[in-house]
Amino acid sequence: MNDPAHPDILTIRGVTKRFTVGDGELEALAPVDLTIPQGEFVCMIGASGCGKSTLLRIIAGFEEPTTGDVAIYGNAIAGPGSDRGMVFQDYALFPWMTVRENISFGPRQRQLPREEIERTTDEFIRMVGLERFADRYPNQLSGGMKQRVAIARVLANNANILLMDEPFGALDALTREQLQHELLQIWARTGVTTIFVTHSVEEAVLLADRVLVMSAGPGRIDSDFRIDLARPREVSSPEFNAMRRDVARRLTSHLALARA
Amino acid sequence: MLRAFALGAGFPILLILVWDRTVAITGTRLIPSPYQVAVMMYDFTFGGVYDDAFSGTILTHVWKSVQRVYGGFFLAALIGIPLGMMIGRIKVLRQMLDPTISLLRPIPVTAWLPLSMIFFGLGPNAAIFLVFLGAFYPILLNTMFGVRSIDPRLFEAASMLGCSGTGMFRQIVLPASLPAIFSGLRIAHGFAWILIVVGEMTGVPTGLVSVVMEGRTLSPTALVITGMIVIGACGFITDRIIVAISNRLLSWSPQHRE
Repeated sequence: MNDPAHPDILTIRGVTKRFTVGDGELEALAPVDLTIPQGEFVCMIGASGCGKSTLLRIIAGFEEPTTGDVAIYGNAIAGPGSDRGMVFQDYALFPWMTVRENISFGPRQRQLPREEIERTTDEFIRMVGLERFADRYPNQLSGGMKQRVAIARVLANNANILLMDEPFGALDALTREQLQHELLQIWARTGVTTIFVTHSVEEAVLLADRVLVMSAGPGRIDSDFRIDLARPREVSSPEFNAMRRDVARRLTSHLALARA
Repeated sequence: MLRAFALGAGFPILLILVWDRTVAITGTRLIPSPYQVAVMMYDFTFGGVYDDAFSGTILTHVWKSVQRVYGGFFLAALIGIPLGMMIGRIKVLRQMLDPTISLLRPIPVTAWLPLSMIFFGLGPNAAIFLVFLGAFYPILLNTMFGVRSIDPRLFEAASMLGCSGTGMFRQIVLPASLPAIFSGLRIAHGFAWILIVVGEMTGVPTGLVSVVMEGRTLSPTALVITGMIVIGACGFITDRIIVAISNRLLSWSPQHRE
């Protein structure tokens, strides 16, 4: 199964998560197994409580799995690391740093030579089109610009895996479309492996190589769709809509079950 | 802008007029007229009118009081900010120290006066100690509160970008809690100028409060009011300095600007 051009970057084996809630325990994730090859764009979709954000936070190293392990190129992770970068829905930019300082934060931690830090920072400021806003503070930016900074901050840090937790959920429709487009361009240019959590079937089918539909109680990966449509994808095309219908049907079958 | 200034300056002028007229009409000798206070202020600053022990000594007294206020204030900041950051961030430390802080805090600082006189004797050190105590709690508690209310996502973001250990304190905890730290510093600074009054009442020979106290017993009441005005002016000017520094450091956070 292992394609030498695209070795597996992420391997998840038997990962479960239980949370203590009051006196009881909540089983958030049933054993999850997942392998993602390098460079793939994966969307995780599912109803609230299906554990998709929990799984993403475990991959990021913010939460420890109750059992099982997560490995990058075969090496088990221990906590957060600069090989994985998260883009949060609420941005989580450092409000006291300018756009430039936010983006250069990762390189500065590694104490690279100053010229290299500046070169990397400039490159990613350009990539997300924020040259004119480089010296602004986050509170002087729109939501779309903030999310661009958050993406650039992770990429400037040389992350191999871009983790995105409903990153465009708080944006208006026009800005969301624009950012989806830009994200695909950045992904094509950098080849960064991307795991993207979303609520929207359309967003998942538009962006991903592969859509994982998750179901709740306890959370698990229910189905794994390959999206082989050529990019750029046309949301009004019959193929796109057929794909969207398939994914949506899979998703709603669980909602109906959960309600019964 | 000009209108706001006229309104802001107009009211004190009105108060002085009312004060002047009331003294003139009632003919009281308990309260000096604004003119007498102005003369006293001139003499206190430049000398040459009464030529007594207080003439032209304003800088000596201001300097002594300022030394005590800022000795205590900076000591409180030097201990309170790092301690507050550590208590706010480290759970074991919080569990260990929080009950003690909660027990000691309700004791009014002025109730420490007798003990501080026993520890430090009569003199400037007792005043510095009182100022320190009064400034310490607002700084400590605001710093703790500021650290506790940092969005946990910022720590996650920093750690995924390779920041850890002491770098986390310097690069995330300190700047993120700076707005709360500054509101603590400002409250503490107000307390410092209040407590210097109590501290210097213990019988120190120089300092603005000694001028007020001596003025009550030895000199005309005009000196008392002169001393009060100088204390008020010192507190006002230094508060504006703190606000200016805080506006500069917190320019990223418009809700903390004044």
